[in-house]
This record gives sequence, C-alpha cells and structure tokens, in this order.
Amino acid sequence: MRRPARLSPGSKAAVPVLLFLLVGFVAPLIAVIWFSFMPPRSFSLAAAPSLENYTTIFNSTSYISFLWSLVLAAATVVLLAVICFPISYGLVRVFGKWATLLTLLFTIPLFVSENIRLYGWVLFLIKNGVLLGSLDTYFGIELESILFTRTAILLGMVYVYLPFMLFPLTLGISMVPNETRDAAYDLGATRWQVFREVELPLSMPGVVIGFLLTFVLAVGAITEAKVLGGQRIIPVAQDIEIAFTYAQNWPLGAALSVLLMLVVGTLVLLALWRFDLDRFLGRK
Amino acid sequence: MPSKAQRLRHGLITAWTLAVVVFIYLPTLCITLASLTSSRYFQFPITKFGLDWWRKTFSSIEIRQLLSTSITIALCVTVVAVVIAFFGALAFARYDWRGRSIYQKLILLPIFFPQSVLGLALLLWFNALGLQMSWQTAVFAHLVWIVPVVTLVISIQVYSFDPALEEAAFDLGATRWQVMREVTLPVLFPGLFSGALFAFLLSWGNFPLSLYTTGADTTVPEYLYAKMVAGYTPGVPVLGTISTIGAAVLLIGGYALMLAMRRARRTVSE
Repeated sequence: MRRPARLSPGSKAAVPVLLFLLVGFVAPLIAVIWFSFMPPRSFSLAAAPSLENYTTIFNSTSYISFLWSLVLAAATVVLLAVICFPISYGLVRVFGKWATLLTLLFTIPLFVSENIRLYGWVLFLIKNGVLLGSLDTYFGIELESILFTRTAILLGMVYVYLPFMLFPLTLGISMVPNETRDAAYDLGATRWQVFREVELPLSMPGVVIGFLLTFVLAVGAITEAKVLGGQRIIPVAQDIEIAFTYAQNWPLGAALSVLLMLVVGTLVLLALWRFDLDRFLGRK
Repeated sequence: MPSKAQRLRHGLITAWTLAVVVFIYLPTLCITLASLTSSRYFQFPITKFGLDWWRKTFSSIEIRQLLSTSITIALCVTVVAVVIAFFGALAFARYDWRGRSIYQKLILLPIFFPQSVLGLALLLWFNALGLQMSWQTAVFAHLVWIVPVVTLVISIQVYSFDPALEEAAFDLGATRWQVMREVTLPVLFPGLFSGALFAFLLSWGNFPLSLYTTGADTTVPEYLYAKMVAGYTPGVPVLGTISTIGAAVLLIGGYALMLAMRRARRTVSE
C-alpha cells in the first residue's frame, strides 16, 4: 500500500522532528554528561574533566536514594498491574459503549498538574481532614493519619501513574482477537488457561509498554515524596534537585542524573529495541 | 449465553472499575470542598460554606498574571507542536522509508524519560548557551516532551489513512499543495484536533519542566506548588479547582465538538 522510497518523502517529513529533538533532547543530555565530569561546584563547561563527582557519589549514601526510588517504582508497577488489568479488560470486553465515557473519565486527571491532585490527598488524609474529620465527627472513631508515611508516598505514586499503566494495557488487551479466545474455549481451555496461554502472550506488547512507562516515570518521581511523604524518603530525583538548588553543586547533580539516565536508558533500550510499534499502534 | 460465573465476573469488574473511578476523583472532590469554605483553615466537616476565597482569587492581579502566563505558554506549545508533529506523524506512520523503525523508537525516548531530569538537563543546556530563562524557554522545554506525545496521537489517525486517496488526487491533476490542503489535512483533521487538545492540556498541567525553565515567570502549577509547600492558604484549592474544571471542560467540549463534526460530515456525504 505504501509508496516505495523513491525521493523518500518519509525521511523528509522526519526532518523537523529529528532536528528539534537533536537540539532539545540529545544536546541537553550531552550537556549533562559533560557537566558531570566538571570539577565540583563549577558553573562552566570549560574546566579540565575529572571523575571527582562520581567518586563522591560512590563514597556517599546516595545509593539509599537510588534504592528507594527503584523499590518504590517496582512496587508501583506491581500494584498498578493488579489494579489496572481488570479495568483494561472491562474497557475492551465488558463495558461496550460506556467504555468511551470511562476512558474520558480516566483521561481528565492526566491534564491536571500532579501536585494539585496530590494536594487533594493531603486534604483527604490529614488530621481533621476529609477522612479523619468525618470518622471522628460522625462515628466517633479517632485514627492516626497515614500522611507523611511511606504508605502515603506509594499511594500517591499509584494514583499519579495509573493512566500510564491503564492505557497501554488496554491497547494490549484489545490486540487479542476474539476468535482466538473463542477457539481456545471451544478446545476446552479453562478461564485461567485462556488467560495464561492466549490473552497474556498476545497482549504482551501493551503489558511491556505499560510496565516500562510506569517504571521509568516512577523512578523519576519527586512530588509524591515531597507532598505526601514529608521527607520520609528522599528519592533520587530529589537528591538531584537538591544538588542543583540548595547545594549549588551542578556537576554533582549532573553526575547523579547520568547514573539515573543509565538505569532508565538501559531498561528502555532493552525493552523497546525489538518492538513492533506499527502493530501496536496501527493494529493492522 | 452469558453463564452465571461470567455475569458474576463482569459484575465484579464493573464494581472494581467504579471504585477506581471514585479513587481517581477523591482528591479532586476534597480540593473542591476545601475551596468552598470561608474559614482560613481547612477543617472537615466544613462549618462555614462560602465563596469568599473564590472572589478573592478572581480579583487578584497576581492570579490573572499566572493564568495568562500559563495560557500563553500552552497556546505557543500547541501551535508549534501540532505543526512539527504533523510531519513527524507522516514519517512515523504514513511512509515507508529506511530508518523508520529506528526513528519510531527515537521519538519515544523523551516520553520514556523522567521529566524532572529532563527539565534540569534543559536548564543546563540553556545555561551553556547563555540564554535567560523565561516563559519562552519553558515553551521549548514543554515541546521536547509534548512533540513526541502529539506525534503518537496523530500517528494513530495516520495509520487509518488510505494513501490511495492522495494518489487519486494526484492522478486527477492536483498539485502537491492542493493534495495537502484538500485531501490529507481534512482526512487527518480529527487526529490533528486531538493532538492540539493534548498539547494544550499537557502544557497547562505540566510542573516538572516548568519548574526549572521558566526563570522569573511563574505558571499556575508552579505557583500552587510554592504555596502548598509554604503552608495552607485557601487560595490553593480555589486555583486547583479552576485548573481541574478548565481541563475537564476543554476535554469534554473538544470531544463533543469532534462528535458533532463527524455527524455533520456524515450527513453531508449522505
């Protein structure tokens, strides 16, 4: 169907985006990598390169932030997979014409800044807030607030990143043809077997994208810990921010960013490299 | 022939989905409630309802300035993003060319990237170039993340586009420009429209990129963040509610407009 690449109009159409990403994405990343080799506390790119920032990081307790970010992100992914799978399944197979409305409802919060929505949770969870205030006034129950605990941070992350798991998963499940499922049932497969042998493998692209996207965004999470966690955990993104702002040590922040980019980049490249996006988005 | 077990399963799925919808809107509800109190501190159940804080927010010049900065940035982002992403989407989904598969993955990288780190990277880069941070640099920063998203949104429409339509127009003697204006753009319009909607709203709600790249200018999410870290004022829930309602109205309105246009076009073609 597509025209053969004569003058290659495709590569011509790609030029604006590629140029833009070269200036807006590749160049800044190179600037960060470059900066990470500058001597501590310098603000220019002209000094002689050194590895001092990296030795500082490896001799410090920064790995705690790294571990917390990774653990929280992994927990978020697992929880969201469990929460979202039934909904995605419902959106594709159960809700029919209501699916559009529900999708719209799940989309709206994406466009409201996450710090506002997390603040809503503060109002809900805080002492004398919506939950504890009502319990106290109407039922006479007094409970401790879970605000400013690790649970609250995890709740915030699950809440913020839900759409990023839900939509890829839904797209993945809609890739499972009905005939294949029906055939499996006709051949005597149980519900569980159909899930494990047919639905899960065929919806794998969606599962991979959903897991990856959620994990990557959650590793870089910062507001959840600040707004809901009350400094209980300092995630790595906050360490980076501190280095850039209060500490005024840009090279150290850049070195931390490079390490985070390495983790994220490796994961993304490994998962995406052999991925067929045409099939996933175009569903041909 | 839905069996009893199946009906039970569907019932459970529906109940779960509704519970999650409630979970999603719970904070929004709390913020709206908090904006309707007339006391200085938030306490629940609310004893004194009132619109005092709404009045105060609307008459504040500072807030108007914030809204205008946020809207200006979002509008600039929308226009530039849709133009770049339109061509990007053609390259992504319409044409077959060498390097397309790598191109498709490159486009995704800024989306699969922690935004706070991206914001800092851009700050470093602008700084190395000797640029002063302002709302213009924020427009650029937003675009780095929003152009790829909008490219994907438009691509989904491009996938369902039949290239034979363009070829037919060429065969009938249309010029390249005519084909673009009379065939390609109208057919892809729904995709461009959703792309524009996404661009505007994502820019409107963005915080991590704005935080590092706006300089002395302040957007609504930045202002709210600064206020909520500094302590409670009821102006925060008011502005938060405005921001949420604004996004919802735009999204639902845009969706309704698109349905109406689709219906209108169907009646015309019949």
